Amino acid sequence: MVRIKRLVLDVLKPHQPDALECTKALARLGVDYRIKLTMTEMDERTQTLQIVIQGEDLDFERIKETITNMGCSLRSIDEVEATGAPGTTTES
Amino acid sequence: MNLFAQLRFLFNITHSEDIVRRYFVVNGFDGALTMLGLNMGFYVSDNVDLSVVISACLGAAVALGMSGLASAYISEAAERKRWLSELEDAMITDLRGSAHRTAAKVVPLLVALVNSLAPLLISLFIITPLWLADAGILLPLAPVEAAIGLAFLTIFGLGVFLGRVSGRLWLWSGLQALLIALATVLIIFIIGD
Repeated sequence: MVRIKRLVLDVLKPHQPDALECTKALARLGVDYRIKLTMTEMDERTQTLQIVIQGEDLDFERIKETITNMGCSLRSIDEVEATGAPGTTTES
Repeated sequence: MNLFAQLRFLFNITHSEDIVRRYFVVNGFDGALTMLGLNMGFYVSDNVDLSVVISACLGAAVALGMSGLASAYISEAAERKRWLSELEDAMITDLRGSAHRTAAKVVPLLVALVNSLAPLLISLFIITPLWLADAGILLPLAPVEAAIGLAFLTIFGLGVFLGRVSGRLWLWSGLQALLIALATVLIIFIIGD
C-alpha cells in the first residue's frame, strides 16, 4: 500500500476565507497533518498560495475537496513524496 | 463544522455580519417607531376599541415584516450574484461546490430573515400589553399607554445596542434614540390636536 507523506500544491484562493482559516480547515483533516501555507502572489481579488502538507498517510481526495470547498482552485501538484508501506508487492 | 460555525463562516467570507447588524437595527427601529406612532395615534383619538388597535398594529407589523423580507432578499440576492460572478471571473472557475456559492444562496435568505423578523418581533413585543388586556389580564397602566411605554423602552434599547457597537457611551446613544421617539410623539400630538 502506497502512502503519500508530503504534497506541495499550487493553489489560487480568493481573499476570503483568509490564510488562517484555510490552514485550519486542512489541518482538521488529520491529527498528524502538518500544514505550511505560503502566499507567493497577491492581486486585487485573489492570492496564489504554495501549500505544503505533511502527514503519515495523506488523503488527497479530501484535501482537494476541502480546497474546493474553501473556494480555492488547485492549479497544480508541484511535489509529491510517497512511501510503500509493509505489504507492498514489487512486480518485476 | 456545526451549523452555527458554518453560518458564521459564510457570513465571514461575504463580510455580511455588519450588514445583518445594520438591517436589524434599521428595521427594528422602523418597527418600534411605527408601533409608537400607531399607538400614539390611538391615544390621541377618543375611545378606540382595543380589538381595532390590535388589528391595526398587527397589520402594520406583518406588513413591515413582509416588506423587510422582500426588499432585503431582492437587493441582497442581486448583490451576492454580482459578487460571485466577479469572484468567478477572477478565479477563472465556476466555484462549483464552494462555500462561496453556498454563501451566495444562503446569505441573502438569512439577511432577509433578519430584516423581516426584526420589525415583526419588536412590534409584537411592543403590543404585548394590548394582547394581555384583550385576554382579560389586568395591567397597572391602560394597554395603549403601556404599549407606548414599551415602545420607548425598545427604542432606548436599540440606541444602547448601537452605542455598544460603535463604542460610544451607551447612555448617550440610548438618549439620542429616545429623542427621536419624543420628536415623533410631539409631531403626532400637534397633528392629532
